[in-house]
Amino acid sequence: MSTEAHSPLSQFEVHTLVPIQIGSVDASFTNAAVFMVAAAASVLLFLSLGMAKRAMVPGRWQSLVELSYEFIANLVRDNVGKEGRRFFPFVFALFMFILFCNAIALVPYTFTVTSHIIVTFAFAAVVFVLVTLVGLFKHGLHFFSLFLPKGVPIALAPLLVPIEIISYLARPVSLALRLFANLTAGHTMLKVFGGFVVMLGLAGVAPLLVIVVLYGLETLIAFLQAYVFTILTCIYLNDALHLH
Amino acid sequence: MAENDHPPPLDELEKRLAAARDIQADRERGKGSGLAAEGKSYGLAIRLAIEMVSTLAVGVFLGWVLDRWLDSGPWLLIVGFFLGAAAGSLNVYRVSQTMIREPGDGETG
Repeated sequence: MSTEAHSPLSQFEVHTLVPIQIGSVDASFTNAAVFMVAAAASVLLFLSLGMAKRAMVPGRWQSLVELSYEFIANLVRDNVGKEGRRFFPFVFALFMFILFCNAIALVPYTFTVTSHIIVTFAFAAVVFVLVTLVGLFKHGLHFFSLFLPKGVPIALAPLLVPIEIISYLARPVSLALRLFANLTAGHTMLKVFGGFVVMLGLAGVAPLLVIVVLYGLETLIAFLQAYVFTILTCIYLNDALHLH
Repeated sequence: MAENDHPPPLDELEKRLAAARDIQADRERGKGSGLAAEGKSYGLAIRLAIEMVSTLAVGVFLGWVLDRWLDSGPWLLIVGFFLGAAAGSLNVYRVSQTMIREPGDGETG
C-alpha cells in the first residue's frame, strides 16, 4: 500500500473509473457512482425479491419489506397527515436510498456516498425545492405568511422577516450538513482507531475493542441519520401543506 | 364475529402480547442509560450545533452575496451575520423546544 492510503481521509477520495465527457461537463463514472448504483440496485432487489412470493403470512424477508413500508407510511401519516399520502413514494424512495447508502458504507473497503456534502446537499436541495413548490402551489402567495409568525406586531416585521427567511433557507443546509457530518465523522473515527490498532501492535487489542463499540454506534447512526433526514422532510412538507 | 364458540384464544393472545410489550418497553427504558443514551445525547448536541452553525453561515453568505451584488461594502455582510446569529438562536430554541416536549419519543436510539 502506498503511504497516502494511510490517511484516515483517503477513504473519501473520488476516483474516476470510466471517463465520460459530455460537452464541457465531466460526467465520469466514479467510485461514488458505483456505490450509488449499488445502493439503488440493492433497494430494488431487496423490495422486489422480498415481495416476490406475496405470501399471506410473510416470511422473514417479506416482513422486513413490509416493516419498512409501514414504518415510512406511519411516519408520513403521523407527521404530514392524510394529504401526505401523495408524497409517500418520494419519502420512501429517499429513506431507502439514504439508508442503503449508509448501510453499504459500513462494509469495509466500500465508499461512503453520503460522506460527500455535494451528495447530501443534492438530496436536501430536492427536498427544499419540492417543499417550496408544494407550498406555493397549495397556498399561492399566502405561502409567504410562513415568514411572519402569528401575532407579531407589524413594527417588528422588518427585523423578523429576514430572520425567518434566513432560518428557512438554512433548512437544506442543516439537513445536508447533518447527514454529511455524522457519516464523515464516524467513518474517519473508525479509520483513526484502525490506525491505532496497527501502530500499537499487541496493545492494539484495546482500540480494537473500541472499534467494535464504534461499529455498533455507526450502525445506529446509519439508520438514525436516514430516519432523521426522512422525518425532517415530513415535517417540512407538513409546514408547507398546513401553514402554522 | 361469527366465532362465538371459542373467543378466548385471541383475547388471551392480546393480553399476553400487551404484557410482553410492557416488559419489552421496560427493558428498553432501562437500556437508555447505557451506550444508546450516550449516542443519543451526542446526537442531540451535534444536531443543535449544526443548526446554529448552518443558519449563521446562511446569514453571512446571503449578506456577502447581497454585498457583491449591490456593491455596498461590508455592511450587509455584518447585518447578515447578526441576522444569521439571531435566526440560528431561534432555530436552536425551536429544536430544543421539540426535544423537551417529547423526551422519550422520537429517535429509536
